[in-house]
Amino acid sequence: MSDMSMDIDIALTVNGERIVERVEARKSLVDFVRDDLGLTGSHVGCEHGVCGACTMRVDGVIVRGCLMLAAQCDGAVVETIEGLSDSGELADLQAAFEQRNALQCGFCTPGMLTAAQDLLNRDGVPSREEIREHISGNFCRCTGFHAIVDAVESVAKARHGAKP
Amino acid sequence: MKITADTPPVLSVLDRPNSYIGRAVPRPNLQRLTQGRGQYISDVTLPRMTHVAYLRSPHAHARIVSIATDAAKKAPGVVAVVTGAELAKTMTPWIGVLTHLKGIKSAPQAPIAIERACWQGEAVCAVVARTRAQAEDACELIDIAYEELPAVTDPETALDAGTPVIHDSLGDNLCFERKLDVGDVGKAFADADAVVEATFVTGRHTGVCTEGRAIVADWNASEQRMTVYHATQAPHMMQNLFAKHLDLSESQVRVMTKDVGGSFGIKVHTYADEMATVALSKMLKRPVKFVADRIESFVTDIHARDHRIKGKIGVTKDGVITAFEIDDLTGIGPYSVYPRTSGIEANQVVNLTGGPYNCPNYRAQTRVVFQNKNVMCQYRAVGHPVAVAVTEGLVELAAAKIGMDPLEIRRRNLFPDDGYPAQTASGLKLEQLSHHEALAHLDTMINYAGLRAEQKALRDKGIYRGIGFASFIEVTNPSAAFYGVGGAKITSQDGATVKLDAQGAITIHSGVTEQGQGAEAVLAQCVASSFGVSMDRVRVVTGDTDNTPYGGGTWASRAAGIGGEAAWQAGKALRGNVLAVAGAMLQAKPEDLDIRNGIVVDKVTGAERLGLDELARVAYFRPDTLPPGFQAELMVTRHYVPRAWPFAFTNGIQASYLEVDTDTGFVKLLRHWCVEDCGTIINPQLVNEQIRGGVVQGIGAALFEQCLYDERGQMLNGNMADYLVPMAVEMPDIDCGHVVSPTADSELGAKGAGEAGTAGAPACIMNAINDALRPLNAQPLTDMPFTPGKILAALGKI
Repeated sequence: MSDMSMDIDIALTVNGERIVERVEARKSLVDFVRDDLGLTGSHVGCEHGVCGACTMRVDGVIVRGCLMLAAQCDGAVVETIEGLSDSGELADLQAAFEQRNALQCGFCTPGMLTAAQDLLNRDGVPSREEIREHISGNFCRCTGFHAIVDAVESVAKARHGAKP
Repeated sequence: MKITADTPPVLSVLDRPNSYIGRAVPRPNLQRLTQGRGQYISDVTLPRMTHVAYLRSPHAHARIVSIATDAAKKAPGVVAVVTGAELAKTMTPWIGVLTHLKGIKSAPQAPIAIERACWQGEAVCAVVARTRAQAEDACELIDIAYEELPAVTDPETALDAGTPVIHDSLGDNLCFERKLDVGDVGKAFADADAVVEATFVTGRHTGVCTEGRAIVADWNASEQRMTVYHATQAPHMMQNLFAKHLDLSESQVRVMTKDVGGSFGIKVHTYADEMATVALSKMLKRPVKFVADRIESFVTDIHARDHRIKGKIGVTKDGVITAFEIDDLTGIGPYSVYPRTSGIEANQVVNLTGGPYNCPNYRAQTRVVFQNKNVMCQYRAVGHPVAVAVTEGLVELAAAKIGMDPLEIRRRNLFPDDGYPAQTASGLKLEQLSHHEALAHLDTMINYAGLRAEQKALRDKGIYRGIGFASFIEVTNPSAAFYGVGGAKITSQDGATVKLDAQGAITIHSGVTEQGQGAEAVLAQCVASSFGVSMDRVRVVTGDTDNTPYGGGTWASRAAGIGGEAAWQAGKALRGNVLAVAGAMLQAKPEDLDIRNGIVVDKVTGAERLGLDELARVAYFRPDTLPPGFQAELMVTRHYVPRAWPFAFTNGIQASYLEVDTDTGFVKLLRHWCVEDCGTIINPQLVNEQIRGGVVQGIGAALFEQCLYDERGQMLNGNMADYLVPMAVEMPDIDCGHVVSPTADSELGAKGAGEAGTAGAPACIMNAINDALRPLNAQPLTDMPFTPGKILAALGKI
């Protein structure tokens, strides 16, 4: 209620852009980027940290946008699917998802790509089991995951210079 | 009929220049989604838009004594607080019945409960505010006095004399029943060498779309027009229903779908809260948005598959199945869902049980009863997973009883591939199936003999692996026999409008809808192929009742087989019209010309004659140069509806290889296979991904998913932490194979593939678990989902 909705001033960087806003203390990060910044590529699927549709990057670490408050992001560097797309960082992974049809309705895809990129940024080529383990916090109802694992695996190999 | 390569061929028999039929081309519109630039309904905002939150009944069954809304009305940002009685002045109630389901009955349902709430989660009051948070805040200020009523929750006792009747006007709690008795079942069981009986339970579960149901309704009082942005599978059906219950004409209602975050049959029904949202917009004369949150989704999205089936099979010692018998009972909540009804699932169970087998003796009964739980209705593969679980469960139990291999008993009973057309005992007409070819393909694909040897060797080491199978048939390409004949305004035909634009590119407008399955890619493939352009010159528009031909949308695996054929025909017709223009311009006979790669060429020599850009320029800007009396028609529409067969049945067989940890009861899925026959394959990659996604949805039903209720009708696990869904780490790789038996009902010959995976997977997993545990003399597991606790109980360990 009104006493719970105390407003907080925050200054942060979102997709390279300096943002200064006043937010309700209770507002989640994903509601903030969607409703206040119009970055609707981050999706709200469960609002309790299980489905992973709101996965984004804060200070280089992937987080659930529904389990973090906007007020906690003062001074943070936030990257959403829009920024990760425009920078070209995900271009090969996005192309692999498109070629392999590793998405159907696409609602989980921004979070899935962001989670997969986190794995791909680590050393070495992950096994299929490691890929499955790493994305097991991201719920996809459409694909059955096989094509997603194929796409991530092909990018992992390509980035390490292996033949696809 | 032929086996196709499991890796997609480059070109198909329908080969022409620009033939995309049979090719695994990527979907043309995916960058939007991979870059987070799609527009789902939850992303839609409009000027003056408000948000509605619904206060929902905490009781499964309660009289609403009073609703005090004064405090809520004064809360910050609140625009209106509306009760069911108030909303009833704007929207009429509905009753979910169909005339071809003889005797089905239900009670009138209002968009917001009036006087009585009949399930936990039914909306009782609406708060409209400037933000969703403000609306939810104000909901907490509403004081509702309830008088709790006895809740009817157990289907087994719903029809007992001592059980309260939920709707007095109906007289009892029976929604629908059907009985069937074909052949001589009594004699068939008497003649059998073995009779096996088992009771199967398929757990109540739900679709869990990643995006909750979402709708933005915008009543423009100055135009007297309602625009609805709606995450739906069937925009024209919804246009009709919104108009009907708001007392508008259909021309006053426009429904647009945008991107839809998963549907699977969840988003093809009338939901009271969505109807209320539309009515609130009309009442308030401004846009109102509703997005179901996850908890609301669990208690209001339709549930499905809550069946208890007593099954019986007779078999000779030679493995000939003599009869099937089932007694099915299902509880569907307090209302039959509008307009498709909650009787269809049970009806399908009766229709489909025994479906793959050439067995003339079949007796079935189903009873569909009301209860005070969330409603049940059609979810992906409607009725199939239940019927297949019973049929295939019984077949493998019978095989074990007579000591026959589970593939061998199927070989002896499946409809012969050369015996079509055929008819099942329940009366389903089958045009051409390929059960034996599919089984043979699967046998090779999985290296069955090798798997059995491995299984045996590992058993000696105390490792218990199982191999299970499920043959199935799948309803696709439905004709008017599904809903139209029952009086529902749900069209089975579909249309495509194809236009050559002024630069020679193609736009398709289609009545089917994109839910992520790739319908737009399939439509583009069909038109690019039949017209003769590359796919990058084709754009597809769907999901807008103002701008697409009247169509059914996406359900019952109809988009490719029906919408694709309409698009194919429209592309051909436009090609003829374009060649007529070319003939006029080139003073050539149209029949001597062809369109290849977007260029008009000489049919015989292939010599380039005219670019489509030039042809379009002349047709649109210099028609004065064309011969007198000649009119170019560069936009055509074609429609298609299956007529020769009520449904285009497909068939297939799945196999599962898994390992059961007999100490913990955990099941590890090692591999899964599916060979299916959806006729002509337009896009092998999209078909395979439909199969894989469907299989995993079926695995969820077999191992994890269940909406758990207590005896008072309270859902106990309505969140994603407690309701388990399949995640990547538990799922196996899934191999797909195909047999191709095109339907002769269309030129393309394509049937549907969207539900085959879900239809067969639960039975397949069940059979594999029982195969794994058979040497341990475990009780056969037939009560889904097969949780570790149930497995340990079957082993006698707990």
